[in-house]
Amino acid sequence: MGDVTPLWEVFIRPRNGLAHKHVGSLHAADEALALSAARDVYTRREEGTSIWVVRSEAIAASDPARASENFDPAADKIYRHPTFYMIPDDVGHM
Amino acid sequence: MALYRALIELADDHLVLGHRLSEWCGHAPMLEEDLALSNFALDLIGTARSLYAYAAEVEGKGRSEDDLAYLRSEREYLNCLLVERLNGDFAHTMLREFYFAAFMEPFWQAALASTDKVIAGIAGKAVKEMAYHLRHAGEWIVRLGDGTEESAARMQAAVVDLHPYWEELFSGGDCDVLPDRAAIRPAWEASVKAVFAEANLDWPAPVYGQNGGRDGMHSEVLGRMLSDMQYLQRAHPGATW
Repeated sequence: MGDVTPLWEVFIRPRNGLAHKHVGSLHAADEALALSAARDVYTRREEGTSIWVVRSEAIAASDPARASENFDPAADKIYRHPTFYMIPDDVGHM
Repeated sequence: MALYRALIELADDHLVLGHRLSEWCGHAPMLEEDLALSNFALDLIGTARSLYAYAAEVEGKGRSEDDLAYLRSEREYLNCLLVERLNGDFAHTMLREFYFAAFMEPFWQAALASTDKVIAGIAGKAVKEMAYHLRHAGEWIVRLGDGTEESAARMQAAVVDLHPYWEELFSGGDCDVLPDRAAIRPAWEASVKAVFAEANLDWPAPVYGQNGGRDGMHSEVLGRMLSDMQYLQRAHPGATW
């Protein structure tokens, strides 16, 4: 069934103001049916207010074999975290 | 009793169609549709429960929604013949769902304005569900009808097979708190016409319509379905869990 119903990745926005989050994948013939299937498979329990679907083949992924050169160099650069600012008391919780 | 009878007709339509759709559970061609059809079945059975509960209250004889669903015989069921038709292939299942939803969506839309608060309440929930069933089934009909040679032939065959059954949707007991069923016909025809045009399907020549469901005269397939559905209550009367 792979040819007729390719794989789609599903993203759901749980509430207004939040970002769409990846929730899983499904097989469907085209956009309309993929949205329909996403609604039936992933929003049965009020999980969301908006759905995105995108063909899995349209996603370019980083190579797991290059994880060390991609991500490890950030490990000892603590100054990249915005934790050295004094936050005025008036700002409250941030 | 006009209201009781009209409620039973609608409730039986929903329960019988819901049970038919539930027969797909675990058998659909793909997981996504298996879930979709089970969702549809649950929507329909949920509406049936509300309608039975209200019918039982209107009747006032102390019966429950379960009594009405599980302890009435085939001849006491007042569903239209369309909803008891066998699932057949996906073309048949989707067309039956489409014909039903194309009727119920505008029906509930009109029922939102009912002076009966319970009916307006049931309509408020059901109208959204039916709008989705209508769209989902319509999408499938377009894709099957305008798909491959094989799918188009099967879709057209389903249209011919179900042709004697759709008209009965517009018959049945009306009462002042429910919409006039015959008045829903223009909306139904508009939905069907739009989808058929997109699906390249031909509307068959008129045939002699099959009806009688509203009088309890059913085809043999309903009895078999009820014997499945009612088995537990018949074998173990009063069983609860």
